Amino acid sequence: MTTTDAPMADVSRSPGGNPLGFGRMLRKEDARFVRGHGTYIDDVNLHGMLHGAVLRSPLAHARIVSIDTSAAEAHPKVKAVLTGAVLETLGLAWMPTLSGDVQSVLATDKVRFQGQEVAFVVAEDRYSARDALELIDVEYEPLPAVVDARRALDPDAPVIRDDLEGRTDNHIYDWEAGDEAKCDEVFRSAEVVVAQDMIYPRVHPAPLETCGSVAHMDKITGKLTMYTTTQAPHAHRTIYALVAGLPEQKIQVISPDIGGGFGNKVGIYPGYVCSIVGSIVTGAPVKWVEDRSENLMSTSFARDYHMHGEIAATREGKILGLRVNVLADHGAFNGVAQPTKFPAGFFHIFTGSYDYAAAHCKVTAVYSNKAPGGVAYACSFRITEAVYLVERMMSCLADELGVDAAELRMRNLLRPEQFPYTTPTGWEYDSGDYPRALREAMRIAGYDELRAEQAARRARAAASSTAESAGGAAAEPLMGIGVSFFTEGVGAGPRKHMDILGLGMADGCELRVHPTGKAQLRLSVQTQGQGHETTFAQIVSHVLGLPPEDIEVIHGDTDNTPFGLGTYGSRSTPVSGAAAAVAAQRVKEKARLIAAAALECSPDDLEWELGRWFVKGDPEQGKTIAEVALASHGSLELPEGVEGHLDASVVYNPPNLTYPFGAYICVVDVDPGTGVVKVRRFIAVDDCGPRINPMIVEGQVHGGLADGVGMALMQVIAFDGDGNNLGGSFMDYLLPTSMECPSWELGQTVTPSPHHPIGVKGVGESATVGSPAAVVNAVVDALQIRHADMPLTPAAVWRATQGRPLRPDLAIE
Amino acid sequence: MNVTVTVNGQETTHDVEPRLLLVHYLRDVLGLTGTHWGCDTSNCGACTVWLDGLPTKSCTCLAVMADGHEVTTVEGLGEDGALDPLQQGFVEQHGLQCGFCTPGMLLTGRWLLNHDPDPDEATIRLAISGNICRCTGYENIVRAVRWAAEHPDGSGSGDGAAAGADITQEATA
Repeated sequence: MTTTDAPMADVSRSPGGNPLGFGRMLRKEDARFVRGHGTYIDDVNLHGMLHGAVLRSPLAHARIVSIDTSAAEAHPKVKAVLTGAVLETLGLAWMPTLSGDVQSVLATDKVRFQGQEVAFVVAEDRYSARDALELIDVEYEPLPAVVDARRALDPDAPVIRDDLEGRTDNHIYDWEAGDEAKCDEVFRSAEVVVAQDMIYPRVHPAPLETCGSVAHMDKITGKLTMYTTTQAPHAHRTIYALVAGLPEQKIQVISPDIGGGFGNKVGIYPGYVCSIVGSIVTGAPVKWVEDRSENLMSTSFARDYHMHGEIAATREGKILGLRVNVLADHGAFNGVAQPTKFPAGFFHIFTGSYDYAAAHCKVTAVYSNKAPGGVAYACSFRITEAVYLVERMMSCLADELGVDAAELRMRNLLRPEQFPYTTPTGWEYDSGDYPRALREAMRIAGYDELRAEQAARRARAAASSTAESAGGAAAEPLMGIGVSFFTEGVGAGPRKHMDILGLGMADGCELRVHPTGKAQLRLSVQTQGQGHETTFAQIVSHVLGLPPEDIEVIHGDTDNTPFGLGTYGSRSTPVSGAAAAVAAQRVKEKARLIAAAALECSPDDLEWELGRWFVKGDPEQGKTIAEVALASHGSLELPEGVEGHLDASVVYNPPNLTYPFGAYICVVDVDPGTGVVKVRRFIAVDDCGPRINPMIVEGQVHGGLADGVGMALMQVIAFDGDGNNLGGSFMDYLLPTSMECPSWELGQTVTPSPHHPIGVKGVGESATVGSPAAVVNAVVDALQIRHADMPLTPAAVWRATQGRPLRPDLAIE
Repeated sequence: MNVTVTVNGQETTHDVEPRLLLVHYLRDVLGLTGTHWGCDTSNCGACTVWLDGLPTKSCTCLAVMADGHEVTTVEGLGEDGALDPLQQGFVEQHGLQCGFCTPGMLLTGRWLLNHDPDPDEATIRLAISGNICRCTGYENIVRAVRWAAEHPDGSGSGDGAAAGADITQEATA
């Protein structure tokens, strides 16, 4: 691995050998995981627990004529059978989505996608619950399905959401950003305009652990304890209170170890609600854990954006304008998880890393007979789609102008002196040095040498193709080099701009230093593998100098942590990490007052060194944080206005997002005979500000790069013309293995965020956001064509070489 | 019907349904929840255990098929409470994030090392290609296996030793 501008090495070490603050530190959480002692949702077993299973619709669109549950109810091990009719009596047949729509919990009138929840069985064991599903007789009246989003607004399209009063079509919203008139003017006078259609196909995050819950309603205390796979336990608690009318103080949401989330575990699924109702009805704890097909067919998908992009430029390659029209397929319910004011998420950051005279985007969203969702899979609220669009358009423009793809980007990247930079659609980028990151990626890649190798190969291929016509050898692989540059906006977000269902996107944090100097840090966010138990201890250590092994991070339990909106959109470090840093800073300042009292001097006479306040000019006279902690709990007379104990409670409202960025280069070899794409190399230079734990940051980037390769080359949730899901198992929904992934080559630059208390930016989704365009750009470069839609399977590559690069028919193939 | 299986060296006998999957036998009957249920179709490898020493996907194997055989799960790795060098390698090289694939990866990786103590990167990638990881992009898993090959006694690197020390303490407690 190559690095540049690494943050200053912190050589101070704790007694346990860990860095006091930033630096490589092995993870605290690994001790349980490598032994198989993690506690995931299916490992939660309560006394007397029953098991739930969901009956799902086999059809994409159908009216329910009747449901007969009598045979299931007669099953000796069945304790309860729930249907939409049962839930209707409780007012729970429908629930609000995170986008202000409603979603069916159990279908009452129609089914609207294949895999939709129709009934719920509670039985003594998981096999009996599944058996009983077979005994439920549902009569359906099939209806024509809307599968192709491009047909959803046709006048004769069947109306999917006839449950909504007055609804006569499948239109959800139109949303736009930027200055359309100014943009049109720029385009009218531009020397060069390049247009391109592209689809970002429907994919699924597919965490290795599926979704599930164990609900326990204690009828005596009236308390609901809800163990569940959630990235946002506090938001779930509030929503359960609102949906079910349960008193919020009697709801405890516990998110145990999460086997991967990637946005799949942000929303509330019908199975969760059914497990709660099942527990209320039976009086026993009820576990529900979906299987893989249920996960892929019914839980939050990602993307499904049909995009038309246009870029305007001068003949010399100075870009002038960018505009895009999007048709967004939201599925049967608008269940998108994003800040309320932004129905298309943060897609309007689509101008990316470049400067323009004008830009404009318009998004039209429609219902279809597919599963709901849309914002998931490490997308940073649709920035994935935005980066893919702009980075494809830049490569299309490079192709049009005959300019090298890296050179065109270098000419147009925002310059360091332009920061803070306000984009044409209103984002204020906090900090960046983009050319430096691109130069670094090109240096690691050996970019000029790669282009020279490519030219030599092409010359050889041209010569051998002449020879081949005279009976020469088979063609060698086609080499392609793809470049992408991304800017993300992460850390949602400022409360005045961003909320979800009216809940502002701030996060709380509590730090308590115990009398012995050991600390507990309570977080509102919830790790799904990001290593919060380690990283957040390092944040506190960085400020207070306490050994990170002495700081216990507590999270994932609403009874024992302060309120906050959870972990998604790369927001944990930008928001909750800031809260932790501020809490530590407040403890440090309180410690100064108490140390001064103990040392019988003025606080102004004290000076700080990591972990200790001491008297200026007399370093022997001082108090460590641990000594202050003991004094704060003891009999020391405290100064006026200083309370006992050493702790702090913070709610952090971020003033802006943080804007990580990066430059990626992908090298592929495409077999011209089979269309198989082999990723030879992948170079990723990320700038997320100072790295709290470089080992963890690199791990986050590695995982995102694998996601990018997967989406670019193999992953897609496709449907046939009847709306049957064609990606309902891992046999059909292909994920990258160790064989498809190269050995990642990482680099970094460090540009701190000016507004974050410790200068850090989010990084969890950077590589997923930035990498797909690099892979596609590389394949397109190898094939020497303008564009080809993802996923670039061998068949898709072959089609692209036959002049059929677009996959708008993807959904109905 | 009765099945007698030797799991991590301990012989157990239970009356089970013939259709009971081995993964559910291990998890629900024996309480060994380190083996995970990920996909049902033998694709993801989260349920990988050893059946008579051979990596086997327990989601597509019936408990009755293990009757009279030996099964090793992640709980059976390591000796006398100490970590197996490969477990230590996963810690040292950040070979896991969410940890859900880890038990399966460990059993596949330990099997490889038992048969090829010094595998190169290509060999490791081929060996773990039946185990899907959604978090790590595989790079650090490859490094973890290499670490174990280079540290057959499992002694830690000393880099960020606290996590390693904690592990040792927990293991011997």
